[in-house]
Amino acid sequence: MREKILDAIERDARIDLHDLAALLGMDEVDVANEIADMEKENIICGYHTLINWENTSREVVTALIEVKVTPQRGMGFDKIAERIYNYPEVDEVYLMSGAYDFTVIIEGSSMREVATFVSDKLSPLESVLSTATHFVLKKYKVHGTTLVPQHTDERMRILP
Amino acid sequence: MREMLSAKVRGIAPSGIRKFFDIVNEMPDAISLGVGEPDFDTPWHIRTAGIESLERGRTFYTSNSGLMPLRQEICAYLKRRVNVSYDPASETLITIGGSEAIDIALRALLDPGDEVLIPQPSYVSYLPCTVLADGKPVTIELKEENAFKLTREELLSAITPKTKVLILPFPNNPTGAVMGKEELEALTDVIIEKDLFVISDEIYSELSYHGDHVTIASLPGMQERTLLINGFSKAYAMTGWRLGYACGPAWLLREMTKIHQFAIMCAPTTSQYAAVDALRNGDKDVEMMRDAYDQRRRYLMKRFEEMGLPCFEPHGAFYCFPNIQKYGMTSEDFATRLLEEEKVAVVPGTAFGDCGEGFLRISYAYSLDSLKEALARIENFIRNLEAWG
Repeated sequence: MREKILDAIERDARIDLHDLAALLGMDEVDVANEIADMEKENIICGYHTLINWENTSREVVTALIEVKVTPQRGMGFDKIAERIYNYPEVDEVYLMSGAYDFTVIIEGSSMREVATFVSDKLSPLESVLSTATHFVLKKYKVHGTTLVPQHTDERMRILP
Repeated sequence: MREMLSAKVRGIAPSGIRKFFDIVNEMPDAISLGVGEPDFDTPWHIRTAGIESLERGRTFYTSNSGLMPLRQEICAYLKRRVNVSYDPASETLITIGGSEAIDIALRALLDPGDEVLIPQPSYVSYLPCTVLADGKPVTIELKEENAFKLTREELLSAITPKTKVLILPFPNNPTGAVMGKEELEALTDVIIEKDLFVISDEIYSELSYHGDHVTIASLPGMQERTLLINGFSKAYAMTGWRLGYACGPAWLLREMTKIHQFAIMCAPTTSQYAAVDALRNGDKDVEMMRDAYDQRRRYLMKRFEEMGLPCFEPHGAFYCFPNIQKYGMTSEDFATRLLEEEKVAVVPGTAFGDCGEGFLRISYAYSLDSLKEALARIENFIRNLEAWG
């Protein structure tokens, strides 16, 4: 039942508890308890809002940075990652298989700001060998949600 | 000019609720819960299979019976899902939706005066298609207290020496009723003893919420006297592709194929290629959509309970069929006032037979947001009725 709850609130974190319980055929109190438990167990780690900044007046630049590192004694991948993710500018950090080690996703208000972060903070880290910065030009789909306008309900209005 | 139209066609009355449908279509701002098709788009991989077939220039007729790979996939699907075996070459026909299969099956089976048993409330085409095939429709009124299932007694009392065909429309549009294995078993000895033939319209088979769908064709002695009709519209959200199929005894399929060949040639080629992909790679999509409908079904039942609107629990399709008898209005009056006062469109039960009087069909092939808003308005309407009449 936990998975059903998670599937539902992953799509819509603001779903009314009463509605959620009805959809799942569960008791409202049970659903609330289950959610509270999953928050404690760090299964549910947050409730964020998906914002399409393109439609606002604020300038937001997103970059995806490939980072190669050399792990050293006492300084494994997790430790290096911590050095990176502790910067508040950093949104997401993933350890990768393949040609490089970390993907770092960062949002800034301009390309210069992102570039400065890479040159002044990320590159100088002792373990970092090299970086490659890719700027996002357009976001089409984020977290399973399509940001470009979708077609409306074009079905006939009433049919037997 | 003399009367050019056939008396038979003139005798078929246009749907009694046509007027109501016209009003709905003139109110674009109303929330509609009146549609009998999925709200999902056809899964993307199925659409790309259709697109790819066009890119490869597969724009010709297929064989009359349909693409052999599709017929093979259908037979494999029926074996794995409902445990009946059909021969793709002689016992399977690809049709333009389930609707064509119903039409040509009746035309292949009926001689003038043969009686066709049609349980109602049910889909609107069985009766006119029977008349067009020179058959005599005999309706059986299903009862809410039997959860709108067909009982052995109801079947027995409708049979006459002229009865030839029984139509079994389950899971049912509009009631959402499902016939399980035991309930079907209770009918089979009557069907065999009275030498009837069954047209089983199972277009909603994948939308069964209490255990897997059972086809009457899988019961002992029944496959030889059953035509199983299904299609892609509801399970794979492919209504506009117009693709269905019929499986049954070779002696019947041969004659149905003859009619199909002269009337239709073959089902659309693009749709057939898309359907091959649906059957090969679509199980997950079907499951996802079934789960979504099931959640909304529970939500609706809960809301009806909260607002005191009696509704038997539907176990299939994507409709609820609440009972509005306590308000002392006809279904059409209720639906018309609901539309005028709260701008919510639902279908009066009488669209599906006279015995649908006192009921409404509410479709839950809509997003939760639409359902929520529509149900809030229905609740408001009911409260006003209770307070002011």
